[in-house]
Amino acid sequence: MNKLMAYWSILIKDMKNYYLKPPNISWGIIFPISWTLMFFIKSNSAVDIREILPGVMALSILFGTTSMLAVTITFERKSRSFERLLLAPISLNLLMLAKTTGAIFFGIINAFIPVLFASFMVDLSGINWLITFLGVVMIAVTSTFLGLFIAVSVSEVFEAQTFSNFFRFPMMFLCGLFIPIENLPVFVQPLSYVLPLTYGADMLKFSINSAGSISLWVSLLVLIGYAMALFMISTHNIKKRWIY
Amino acid sequence: MDRFKKKFCSFQIIKGGKSLNIIEVKNLAKSFDDFKAVKGISFSVEKGEVFGFLGPNGAGKTTTINMLTGLAKPSSGEIMISGHDGIKDIKKVQHVIGIVPDESNLYDEMSGFDNLVFCASLYGMKKEAREKRAKELLEQFSWDDTGNRPFKAYSKGMKRKLTIAAGIIHDPEILFLDEPTTGIDVESARQIRRMIKELNDNGTTIFLTTHYIEEAERLCHRIGFIVGGKVIKVSGVHELMNEAQQENVVEFRTDSNGIELKKQLVSVFPNISIKSSTNHSIRITSKEPIELMPFMKFFEYEGIKISETKIIRPSLEEVFVKITGIEIDKLKKEKEGKKK
Repeated sequence: MNKLMAYWSILIKDMKNYYLKPPNISWGIIFPISWTLMFFIKSNSAVDIREILPGVMALSILFGTTSMLAVTITFERKSRSFERLLLAPISLNLLMLAKTTGAIFFGIINAFIPVLFASFMVDLSGINWLITFLGVVMIAVTSTFLGLFIAVSVSEVFEAQTFSNFFRFPMMFLCGLFIPIENLPVFVQPLSYVLPLTYGADMLKFSINSAGSISLWVSLLVLIGYAMALFMISTHNIKKRWIY
Repeated sequence: MDRFKKKFCSFQIIKGGKSLNIIEVKNLAKSFDDFKAVKGISFSVEKGEVFGFLGPNGAGKTTTINMLTGLAKPSSGEIMISGHDGIKDIKKVQHVIGIVPDESNLYDEMSGFDNLVFCASLYGMKKEAREKRAKELLEQFSWDDTGNRPFKAYSKGMKRKLTIAAGIIHDPEILFLDEPTTGIDVESARQIRRMIKELNDNGTTIFLTTHYIEEAERLCHRIGFIVGGKVIKVSGVHELMNEAQQENVVEFRTDSNGIELKKQLVSVFPNISIKSSTNHSIRITSKEPIELMPFMKFFEYEGIKISETKIIRPSLEEVFVKITGIEIDKLKKEKEGKKK
């Protein structure tokens, strides 16, 4: 109970201090709007909008979550307020879950902003919302833990942003979000299947457009595996680098 | 009630003449690759005392504190804190300790009150209890705005006091204070020293590092000196002073010329030596205890008026210099430079 109280307090503190601040709310809204408009303006027909929706949702989550972790972890580490949390009588796993839950929520909300816009423009009937939500949650969790992995591997906020781009931009082009994987050069295709976003995007494609190419269970298991591995590597790195 | 118990318990320990070690450190070592930051140190801290941990920069003070509080893993050695294994059960240890780092590290955007309430929640305190305790602490520090300003809007001194308040919000048995008064105004420093004294009077054991030697002299019961990763001396403040006093020194302020008086005194008292003499004062030293009466009679006989007689004792600063070989001014400059 005491541990849950600490977990809840850290989550609420992060929400108030970072996620619900006007710049973040505007970032959380403007970013998906920009992506949506960029692709929608380019699109000629209503069918295209629905086709690109999974990609826009996935990118909104990816950019939203990885950007936030750079602030909530790297910035606090730099200002030494993170030490206060490390010195609290709660386990490192619970602490890191508390620090990442806010980003996961933020990512989920980000994902549904393009859906909201699309709902005014195209018919969204026939979407399997349960699988869509599951896919969104899994992308949010893996992207957040990827952000965590990046945040604990660097010392400065700008390093975290730069390092994030090292993962984010290749994912944009290699995960089949906008260019189908089978249309990519053959030697690049294996790389696509190494990236977790490929599986999340495929889940969304399946649930929104019935167009997935990977089994739903395989995608789910791969994403769970990625999430666990990234979380464990991150906590291991914290123990090694910060509790030296 | 808890604070009463703590006070009562520490009183019993003193009354019974027995000491109970609340911190026990044995052969504690820490290496970073080939560099040995802490080299197998052993010391103990008694329950209810203020223990000063002094040493020059890079001596291993912060590494030791980090190992005691769980922010660093020892390479070898043992730590027992309040009956818990400080290495295996660090989370249990963290329940009973409070930590005030050398930098005020609360959250800039949050108000003073919210910061305190948040810190209390990390220790599992319930909402009502943590809000009540936060208000109590704000009152104790005489905050006129009940801590409503964001942390970043406070002065350095107020930030420091608030950081200390955050360290004691859960009423810890042991409080680790790392340079609590460095770089803050005189009044805030006085208030913090008063607060440390009050906390200790209420039974909290204090582990203090400071480079203000006079602060350590005023607050600490015992002091450990660490140099080059080794604890080279642990002793009570009075014992340290007495050990350092290799000769007895008395200074007289007179109305006559001290330089001429020097010749007369040496001829009458052959066992003494005179270290320094100015126009109106003379300082005598002796290996043996100095009896004042013969001197007073001599001055009366000679018609010399004495306006002041002072027994000169060594300061902790001198003891520090002697033990560590570090000049205090250099230590302060290094530390202030590091803070900036």
